[in-house]
Amino acid sequence: MYDPTVARLTYRALLGRRRALILGALPLLLVVIAVAVRGLTGADDQTAVNVLGGFALATMVPIIGVIAGTGAIGPEIDDGSVVYLLSKPVKRPTIIFTKLIVAIGVTMAFSAVPTLIAGLILNGNGQQIAVAYTVAALVASIAYAALFLLLGTVSRHAVVFGLVYALVWEALFGSLVAGARTLSVQQWSLAVAHKVAGGDLVTSDVGLTTATVLLVAVTVLATWYAGQRLRSLTLAGEE
Amino acid sequence: MAVEQYLATGPGDQTRIHDIGYRTYDGPRLGRAYARRSLYSQSLRGAYGLGRSVKSKVLPMLLFVVMCVPAAIMVAVAVATKAKDLPVDYTRYAIIMQAVISLYVASQAPQSVSRDLRFKTVPLYFSRPIETADYVRAKFAALASAMFLLTGAPLVVLYVGALLAKLDFADQTKGFAQGLVSVALLSLLFAGIGLVIASVTPRRGFGIAAVIAVLTISYGAVSVVQAIAYEQDSTGAIAWLGLFSPVTLIDGVQSAFLGAHSAFPGGQAPSDGQGAVYVLVVLGLIAAAYGLLLRRYKKVGL
Repeated sequence: MYDPTVARLTYRALLGRRRALILGALPLLLVVIAVAVRGLTGADDQTAVNVLGGFALATMVPIIGVIAGTGAIGPEIDDGSVVYLLSKPVKRPTIIFTKLIVAIGVTMAFSAVPTLIAGLILNGNGQQIAVAYTVAALVASIAYAALFLLLGTVSRHAVVFGLVYALVWEALFGSLVAGARTLSVQQWSLAVAHKVAGGDLVTSDVGLTTATVLLVAVTVLATWYAGQRLRSLTLAGEE
Repeated sequence: MAVEQYLATGPGDQTRIHDIGYRTYDGPRLGRAYARRSLYSQSLRGAYGLGRSVKSKVLPMLLFVVMCVPAAIMVAVAVATKAKDLPVDYTRYAIIMQAVISLYVASQAPQSVSRDLRFKTVPLYFSRPIETADYVRAKFAALASAMFLLTGAPLVVLYVGALLAKLDFADQTKGFAQGLVSVALLSLLFAGIGLVIASVTPRRGFGIAAVIAVLTISYGAVSVVQAIAYEQDSTGAIAWLGLFSPVTLIDGVQSAFLGAHSAFPGGQAPSDGQGAVYVLVVLGLIAAAYGLLLRRYKKVGL
């Protein structure tokens, strides 16, 4: 199910040349903000929750997920070079699975690690807040990577649709319509974080059981359907 | 080795170009200004998907509709309830709809320049009688005009609706004019930032993500830090923090000079002195974007 060559090519497509630097800019910004906030206010649990929840989990993780998830397959389909990959005797679900593993790894590395560092800077893991949000970021990384990888195989405008989901659906509708929050990767991962932190600082709108079931279901279904899409992929011309 | 020798002793002095009687072109030469105008109008049409496939019309048109519908609803409500004033200021509208504006510039800026880079068509443009500056100016102006259409259209809807609802004419006209100045600045700033980022990468998807990241992440970061500064009662810092993201820059300029109510936490509008700094930064950023684009296209693909 895992093909090292495909993985190596995907890593190079995602992190090669200067792209790793651009991906690294966001986590760096988070750490800089954490340092600035700590310097401005001192260690404070509520502030840590605001920064980690409002900036790290709500903005940074989805955007890195979009870049890594769609970037793992989108450009190849876009410029047609995916046919060279598909013509090799590698099963297409295997290709998807490998690319998913790589996308998850990249998203985790660039979102969960800086979240943990920022959390430690902000309040030194008081009340398990840093760990809770790191776990949330790890869980969200998996679901986002699977979801946006599927988008990459479905649409040529995957990045736009991914961003619409991440910014408009989760941020805008999530804050206006309560029902939208039940269907949001962010809230599902917050449910897991709530379990880890235990206290009232980290809250979620969905229960842990629902969240876990939905997370697993979305990840598995998205991966399966992406494999199906790749099996019947037709290459269209430029728009 | 054998090949090289053959090339070196090729039939050198026997070659000549025959005149086989093609006619030369003696029609009118439309020149540099015409080429620039064409590039401008084609880029502007392209920014709304006109002259391109149906699929590429969907997103820009959809975003345009999403921009205008809330304005139409507000107007309908104002007319129906015979309100004394519109529910939203002209200057505030673009700030509320900033996510849509960001998505538009993120999707259309790479569309405008990245494809030229990827398919290596830039040298073809420069084989026409246009210079680097013409290409940059045409693309910049086209995207800024497209943005101005996007952000100005809902203001026109609001204004017409306000006049239909018989609101105070002088008051509404003043607000409308202030709103137009503000969205013009916003269009130039966003178009400049979007084009600079998009012109670095030939890959469209990556360009979209980079533009949206710069626009929304900086806004998210600035808002979070501003909110924390507000909670800590260091209100003096709020206005200075606003200098670090495009949306808050426009917000600061219009609340200092264009009579808008600031969206900063606690409604902390910048003072006149700070407002002057805001204007300078906005103009400086627009000029810097233009300069960077010129530098970018000095040697591209040539």
